[in-house]
Amino acid sequence: MKIIVCVKQVPDTSGKVAVNPDGTLNRASMAAITNPDDLNAVEAALTLKEQTGAEVVIVSMGPPPAEAMLREILARGADRAVLVSGREFGGSDTYATSQILAAAINKIGVEDDDIVMCGRQAIDGDTAQVGPQIAEKLGLPQVSYAADIKKEGDTLTIKRMLEDGYMTIKVKTPCLITCIKELNVPRYMSVGGIFECYSKPYEVFDYNTLKDDPLIDPATIGLKGSPTNILTSFTPPQKGAGMMLEGADKETCEKLAGILAAKHMI
Amino acid sequence: MDFHLTREQEMVRKMYREFAETEVKPLAEEIDEEERFPMETVEKMAKLGMMGIYFPKQYGGAGGDVLSYAMCVEELAKVCGTTAVIVSAHTSLCCAPIFEHGTEEQKMKYLPDLLSGKKIGAFGLTEPNAGTDASGQQTTAVLDGDHYVLNGSKCFITNGNVADTFVVFAMTDPKLGNHGISAFIVEKEFPGFSTGKHEKKMGIRGSSTCDLIFEDCIVPKENLLGKEGQGFKIAMMTLDGGRIGIAAQALGLGEGAVNEAIKYTQERVQFKKRLSQFQNTQFQLADMHTRMQAAQFLVYSAAMKKQNHEPYSMDAAMAKLFAAEAASDVTRRAVQLFGGYGYTREYPVERMMRDAKITEIYEGTSEVQRMVISSHLGVK
Repeated sequence: MKIIVCVKQVPDTSGKVAVNPDGTLNRASMAAITNPDDLNAVEAALTLKEQTGAEVVIVSMGPPPAEAMLREILARGADRAVLVSGREFGGSDTYATSQILAAAINKIGVEDDDIVMCGRQAIDGDTAQVGPQIAEKLGLPQVSYAADIKKEGDTLTIKRMLEDGYMTIKVKTPCLITCIKELNVPRYMSVGGIFECYSKPYEVFDYNTLKDDPLIDPATIGLKGSPTNILTSFTPPQKGAGMMLEGADKETCEKLAGILAAKHMI
Repeated sequence: MDFHLTREQEMVRKMYREFAETEVKPLAEEIDEEERFPMETVEKMAKLGMMGIYFPKQYGGAGGDVLSYAMCVEELAKVCGTTAVIVSAHTSLCCAPIFEHGTEEQKMKYLPDLLSGKKIGAFGLTEPNAGTDASGQQTTAVLDGDHYVLNGSKCFITNGNVADTFVVFAMTDPKLGNHGISAFIVEKEFPGFSTGKHEKKMGIRGSSTCDLIFEDCIVPKENLLGKEGQGFKIAMMTLDGGRIGIAAQALGLGEGAVNEAIKYTQERVQFKKRLSQFQNTQFQLADMHTRMQAAQFLVYSAAMKKQNHEPYSMDAAMAKLFAAEAASDVTRRAVQLFGGYGYTREYPVERMMRDAKITEIYEGTSEVQRMVISSHLGVK
């Protein structure tokens, strides 16, 4: 059994978001981190590894410096890593990215008792599309927004967290799961893991590695294969600090009503 | 000289920083105030391999290096002096002498539990009448068939109340002076062993410090560490390594205080200016940072020499001497920059100043470090 986890290196948007004059993200000026939801997927995979002895394989598409992120995930306990990297893949939107990642996962091989895991969405694009699209392209059943995962035999019982409640789904392997932050708390790298991570198996899949997969077609990968056009992107204006009123008494309520009335909100 | 860290060292430092900020810093004020040993933090560190950083995997260690261990103590001390010394005393004073002087049987018996952090280690050398003059050991060990019988007491033992395994020194032949001292591995369950009162301290208040009491304590013969009469040598070699840990603790405390002072002086406004705009503040911070940077070079250099099996006794003494005095000076200056607020427990710098003072005292006072350094210089 193996668990293939898709991860993405993203700019840290918790600080100031830098945007180039042409509207694209200025990635160079922002620290690169592992997409937070992807770390929840990694943690879920490592937990299942502890329970089942499964092999955990990490896959990421990105430029060569993404190796540092993959090594850090190996240091958390993953067994091997694959970086999908090539000029032909540059500029891919979610459609093209999922096309390429699906081909990479095909190359790694999905067997009957395998699981593919992704984070719900990346903090740079916030689309939540890549995971589900990979599942469609691989012909795998998909369960999104996993907040709890239990495995018995070849059946996974997954609690999905939706906006208006929970939904519990049973699914057989092989399948694809997208994970949310409520699922777990990602572990730290361990000292032993860090000193081992550069001797663990690490492969780079470039265009030539994947070109024979039917999913890889110049018309469906890279900028040319991306149907999405970004018209504009911008830093949202900073909101001012809110005002807190405390108390359930009449005076506080009147004060609140007064403030809202003054702003013509009521 | 190569001043660059390896990619593993960069990565491990990043992990320590995240861990210290997220898990250690939020507890630092509370464990100081309540004089509480942070067992929950030790359990978390154990899982991450931080209780056996530079020991081989075959004994349950993490397979790292000595510099990575020093950086761990440094990063912990930036936010909590107590947590830093727990790791330092456990690693340098208990795991190291068993690893360096133990038989294969002793290593296989004790190291896996210690290095994985299932058990905590401590070191018993100091006695009420044998502090800096460690040769004046009054605890005795008498061979009786298949075991030694220990009698006496130790004081100021770091991790004393929480440790399971102790490296303890006792006189096996008082006539021989230093050469009559032997080292033993003592388990807390051994008959006749007990711990005494918890010391109330000025700083590192969450750290456990207590007496060890031996009343006809039975220690199996196979728990002799090294040979009879080698105890003093083992103690001195252990303290050489320990000084790297304490130097790293001092380094972290000073660096932590510089970080706090930079943050505070950029916020605090007096005379309609941020404190950081005054040249006095700028010069103070420049001096403070420079001292800590110099300390870091000394500490890292000593750690790398130990790693490379080069002589490092004088380097460790210089690192501890300089880092400890720098930490005391820098934390005191940080309190001064904070003014009245720095003197309150609302801000961490007063705790750092209290914590820093001990680094000039334990595991050899600054005066002892000067003795060690001058003896290496051949100055008599």
